[in-house]
Amino acid sequence: MSSPILIDNVQKVFKTPGGDVVALKDINLTIQPGEFVCLLGPSGCGKSTLLNAVAGFQPPSDGQIVIAQKTIRSPGPDRGMVFQEYALFPWMTVGQNIAFGLEVQKKEKAEIDLVVNQLLDLLHLKDFRDRFPKDLSGGMRQRVAIARVLALDSPIMLMDEPFGALDALTRRNLQDELLRIWEKLGKTILFVTHSIEESIYLADRIVVMTYRPGTVKRDQVVDMPRPRDPASPAFNDLKRELGRLVMEEQQRHADAEMKLAAVD
Amino acid sequence: MHKIKDFAQGALVPVLVLILWEACSRAGLFSAVVMPAPSAVAAKWWAYLLPAQAQEAGQSWLAWAFSGELLHDAYSSLYRVIAGFLIGAGLALPLGLLMGANTRIYALFNPLMQILRPIPPIAYIPLAILWFGLGNPPSFFLIAIGAFFPVLMNTIAGVRQVDGIYLRAARNLGVGQWTMFTRVILPAATPYILAGVRIGIGTAFIVVIVSEMIAVNDGLGFRILEAREFMWSDKIIAGMITIGLLGLAIDTAVSRLNNHLLRWHRGLEH
Repeated sequence: MSSPILIDNVQKVFKTPGGDVVALKDINLTIQPGEFVCLLGPSGCGKSTLLNAVAGFQPPSDGQIVIAQKTIRSPGPDRGMVFQEYALFPWMTVGQNIAFGLEVQKKEKAEIDLVVNQLLDLLHLKDFRDRFPKDLSGGMRQRVAIARVLALDSPIMLMDEPFGALDALTRRNLQDELLRIWEKLGKTILFVTHSIEESIYLADRIVVMTYRPGTVKRDQVVDMPRPRDPASPAFNDLKRELGRLVMEEQQRHADAEMKLAAVD
Repeated sequence: MHKIKDFAQGALVPVLVLILWEACSRAGLFSAVVMPAPSAVAAKWWAYLLPAQAQEAGQSWLAWAFSGELLHDAYSSLYRVIAGFLIGAGLALPLGLLMGANTRIYALFNPLMQILRPIPPIAYIPLAILWFGLGNPPSFFLIAIGAFFPVLMNTIAGVRQVDGIYLRAARNLGVGQWTMFTRVILPAATPYILAGVRIGIGTAFIVVIVSEMIAVNDGLGFRILEAREFMWSDKIIAGMITIGLLGLAIDTAVSRLNNHLLRWHRGLEH
């Protein structure tokens, strides 16, 4: 059932009026079933582009992404995505949002109810079933978005800076929830973030990416038992090391912007 | 307590205007034929509202209560507004959804719509009579035209402004084209569509009064024109006030419907 994600020599070029922009270049990665992988880098490093390619929203210009012997060309419920902007349907209640993916698959009503109830329990959303998203806090909305994806029971979860808009405490709370769910359900998670600490707290493996063209700068295994202590020496050693790598790319990003500004 | 205070505050200016008007009339500042006193208008309105004849044997109480001229006229006008609006909006909604969702259909229909849109419904009156003769059909036609364009333009805009993030989320959940249309694009566009409905109903209400001045022999528009022929200015004003009240009732009803359908919408608190 579970299959690795094979990212095979992926390139992505965006055609713009100012010329071609190479967003991704020579990306080769294999993500094992059940693995929690973070894509880390400054904005413009192509980490979201890579995630969108795996999701099937923007297929690569060259190379391919293969899951279960199939090349990914379009989005599908086997790769549930959690967006930074939540992307809940505001006209549906919490319960309806979670049920929607199952209704699309024409599941039985009884089965849908069962799954929705389980997920409401799992994410502590029981009292919010009939609320509309506008009545929920950011953290609550993101719980619903996670439940909506879990309802699909897809082996792979894609997360695009899902906690980026949340305050620090809510963020830590949801990170712990996510780890709990991941350990319980054994999903493969590909998680985009620009927070070094978040990536070390969560991931089995951190892929640091370079600024334009986006390539793999470092493929770092995080060999620390969970729950991880952000105050521990090992955590901070890794944080310092990855911080150095990310800042190099951030500097290239800043230089590139300065150059652009100078041309204008 | 607050409500009473708000009401008193809101009633202050209208009451002052009425007192001033009544005083001017009684002082004989203007002729009763040109500008009747508000008390005369109110008396006329009351007479206009009440049944004209005594209850006949065998006539139900309800039928008798509604046999007054005013209620009959209000009912006729409302019926025309609703029928005409349903025709206009019923055509505009599917066309708007298609034009908003599909750029080729938009390119095909948009030039024609842009040419027809600026023509006021009133300019169709001669054609309406020529095509549909007298009676309700020309009214329906004119009202439908008045309601058509606001609903059409807002539906197109509503479909076009649907946030791409919802489409991406839906595609990610495995949604096909039809479900995307009915369960994502249509609900996402409802705030715009309902705004169009509200404008469309307003236009329909303007057009119904005009249309009743040409081709029918009942309705509020007909009644005030008829009253002019007899120089019954009190009845003209009573009719106008009824038009205002009916318009207010329609707008309140549509606004209630809006609040219910958009109870999920962020901008609305209730």
